[in-house]
Amino acid sequence: MSAVLLHGADEGGLRQRLRFGPLWLAAPGIAFLAVFFLYPVLRLLGLSVQDADTGAWTGEHYARIVDTGVYFRVLMGTFRIAGLTALFSLLLGYPLAYWLAQLPERRRGVMILAVMVPFWTSYLVKTFAWMVILGRTGVIGGILAAGGLPQPELLHNEFGVMIGMVHAMLPLAVLTMLPVMTGIDRRLVQAAETLGAAPGHAFWLVYFQLSLPGIAAAGLLTFISSLGFFIVPALLGGPQQTMLAQLIIAQIQEMLNWAFAGALATFMLAAALVTCWVYDRIFGLSTLSGEGSRRKKGGGRMRKAGQGILSALAALTAAAARVTAPVLGERGRDRLPAVYSTLVLVFLVAPAIVVVPIAFTSSPFLDFPPPGYSLKWFEVYFGSDLWLGATLRSFGVAFATAILATLIAGLAALALARSTSRWRGAIFALFLAPMIVPRIVIAVGLFYLFAQIGLVATDLGLVIGHTVLALPFAFVAIAAVVKGHDWRLDQAAATLGANRVQTLIRVTVPLIRGGLVAAFLFAFITSFDELTVAIFVSGGVKTTLPKQMWDDMILQLNPTLAAVSVVVFLIVMALLLIAERLRRSGR
Amino acid sequence: MLPSHGTAPPACKLLVDGLTKSYGSVVALQPTRLEVPAGEFLTLLGPSGSGKTTLLQMICGLVEPNGGRILIDGRDETRTPVHKRDIGLVFQHYALFPHLTVAENIGFPLRMRGIAGADVDRRVREALEMVHLGHLGDRFPKELSGGQQQRVALARCFVYQPSVILMDEPLGALDKKLREHMQYEIKRLHRETGATIIYVTHDQEEALAMSDRICLMNHARIEQIGTPHDIYARPKTAFAADFIGVSNIFRGRLQRDEGGAPILVTGGGRFRLSPATAGTVAGQGEASLIVRPEQLDLDGEGDNEVSGQVVDTVYAGSETRVLVALGDQSTVTVRLRRGMSPPPLGNRVAVRWRSDAGVLVS
Repeated sequence: MSAVLLHGADEGGLRQRLRFGPLWLAAPGIAFLAVFFLYPVLRLLGLSVQDADTGAWTGEHYARIVDTGVYFRVLMGTFRIAGLTALFSLLLGYPLAYWLAQLPERRRGVMILAVMVPFWTSYLVKTFAWMVILGRTGVIGGILAAGGLPQPELLHNEFGVMIGMVHAMLPLAVLTMLPVMTGIDRRLVQAAETLGAAPGHAFWLVYFQLSLPGIAAAGLLTFISSLGFFIVPALLGGPQQTMLAQLIIAQIQEMLNWAFAGALATFMLAAALVTCWVYDRIFGLSTLSGEGSRRKKGGGRMRKAGQGILSALAALTAAAARVTAPVLGERGRDRLPAVYSTLVLVFLVAPAIVVVPIAFTSSPFLDFPPPGYSLKWFEVYFGSDLWLGATLRSFGVAFATAILATLIAGLAALALARSTSRWRGAIFALFLAPMIVPRIVIAVGLFYLFAQIGLVATDLGLVIGHTVLALPFAFVAIAAVVKGHDWRLDQAAATLGANRVQTLIRVTVPLIRGGLVAAFLFAFITSFDELTVAIFVSGGVKTTLPKQMWDDMILQLNPTLAAVSVVVFLIVMALLLIAERLRRSGR
Repeated sequence: MLPSHGTAPPACKLLVDGLTKSYGSVVALQPTRLEVPAGEFLTLLGPSGSGKTTLLQMICGLVEPNGGRILIDGRDETRTPVHKRDIGLVFQHYALFPHLTVAENIGFPLRMRGIAGADVDRRVREALEMVHLGHLGDRFPKELSGGQQQRVALARCFVYQPSVILMDEPLGALDKKLREHMQYEIKRLHRETGATIIYVTHDQEEALAMSDRICLMNHARIEQIGTPHDIYARPKTAFAADFIGVSNIFRGRLQRDEGGAPILVTGGGRFRLSPATAGTVAGQGEASLIVRPEQLDLDGEGDNEVSGQVVDTVYAGSETRVLVALGDQSTVTVRLRRGMSPPPLGNRVAVRWRSDAGVLVS
């Protein structure tokens, strides 16, 4: 808030200060995030260094983590799983993103949907699908058993967790790298070739280097998101794969030990922030995008070393190409990227499709293929007050969240687009911060706050929590469109006699409609799919659909979950297609 | 192996023989033959979609032809991959690598050719000196102005002395003043290095100013090849005349008058033609007479005449042009004689020219 006031004060005079300056539009969002995001998170961190009874400063909770082997192991295991997830997501995702980037725009749009659908599909649905596929009587088990082969244990071990995590994070990695890659001027690769670079050299020395910011951003986002995971390790992993978020939930739900949960959350938050900081230092735009003015001393040597490594990779590629050329042939080589990409896309989309036949099974078990077909699990779903109530509550909460998030984010995006204030960068970071801070940290912080002001187990509490989480997505969606908005049209409207409000309603909003609709739908889906906040804030009969699914999955797997998954999947698909359609017509 | 000519041509650097390209049913380049002697500055000139860029991209290997051959120094390079062709290409938007410094950009083609160490540094330095950017080697392309970036692109191309240098509208993104300056620079580089250059532009003034020869293209084929003077003074088609310089075109029928002298019968009158002028079109029939503004005279001498009303005068510094509307709604452009004051708008004037002025095309 003070940022806004200071900005106004710079211009002097009371009238001036109260002027309808652009940054004022961001004020509701800043206030909202200050109360429901910054304060709860900082409060939680504060709890971790306080003695629960006396309130005096203490480091005992941290000492306990370091001293108790089991907590420390979980901490290290969490970093390990998150690191491996990021690594595999990048390795598998880069060639797919590369292939997508060079497709003609129309075909790329269709193919991206095959990445978008798993990206927005509920983690619960995805994880449930993997339980069906990897389980003892599941798809792979069934195939192996039919062939008389031994059945390896695929679930409740590190393999299961990695499959689930990489499957969950791969779309994020691809969607982060893709815009950077489509932004690379392909003529630069052509130029490299006319200057004498063989295709391998042209790729590593030009294309790959220009795509590095995308790789770094994708690595950052997948790592940070993986840190806070609990659904996948809880359902696909064993005790060995317990992750930090699971510990935090257990500390709150079973022990009510806020301080210790706060200390664990601090570790997670610190890891996320350190990763961000390292990203900024090493991959910070300065060295990579060629802005030499920000180059630090000694950067020259690092650049030289990097160039050397890439040259070696290029030579290696050329050698590999020579060796494989006779095997693959020219046509085989040209088709390799498409074949590979198709396989990865199948890996991404297939699990959700496998759930469909299970939903129509006649068996009370999750056998695959189903022994017979029936509609009884849908009947169970539609006949259950619990399920239907949860579904309706999720719809209502998602709708309210979408409206609130779009409104707040829309105003903020408009404010920042036109502002030249030095606070601009900080406010921008604030709106993106809920994406960087692990959800479990926000959720526990909000739980503590809501417990004090009586918002636990209320719809309002859910809407507030979900809005915090949905704001970054809505903000990014609108900011992207506002960035391309031609402000001269607003000036034109003003010269034609429209006042500020008229200009906003009749010119600006219609022109950025596509971004507003996308923001609304993304916020809707974020809330509709949200579990972390719901685990704490929705209690008793006031449960949401993901919370109900989670409880069922923990308790007892059953085909009703498949039927629910199909319903959720269809709803999210429909929303995505609407968003895509409107986004296109909005252009 | 090259076809012989009347005069012994200099060594043929580049031979394009029957080269053709189509995308589906759209013909981007009809079968085309083009010979470029070593050291020549040849310009491919034409409107967009005339096939000039397609021809250029096939020569450097970025586009694969449907038929025909490309010979460089007598070697068939039609199927050689881009990076093994000894060709330099200066891109329209420079295509400088944003992640490399100016010096690294210029050194890139040398390193790709296995040259290393001090050799690279020396040649990069020389190339930078050549384009007067000796002090900017450590900068990144983004930190340079458009004109400086263009110089870097030129240096990156000249540094490895390719057999043929192709330039694809390299000055298209610069403003007029800078364009003219860079035209001199490129001509100087051409003189100093003796490189063979094929230059693509749609700007006829640029083509006239820079080229040894101009290859005028239209509708995916070559319309006319010749020296700038040739093409300006003796256009072979109405398109050529219209595209290069300002032309007045009178369309009509070529006939003989009572005395057997050639005349052109048009809607605006009967014009006498000298035997030499008429000689460029065989027989009789449809023909167009092309007369340049400087060949027309306002209220002056000449054995052909049209009359009309002054509708506008255009002052262009070194000369003044008068637009005269004729009876048939057409307009002719006349260059005002030196020292003559422009006639008031609306005045009726007579426009005259000699029967041996202008060019007749079919």
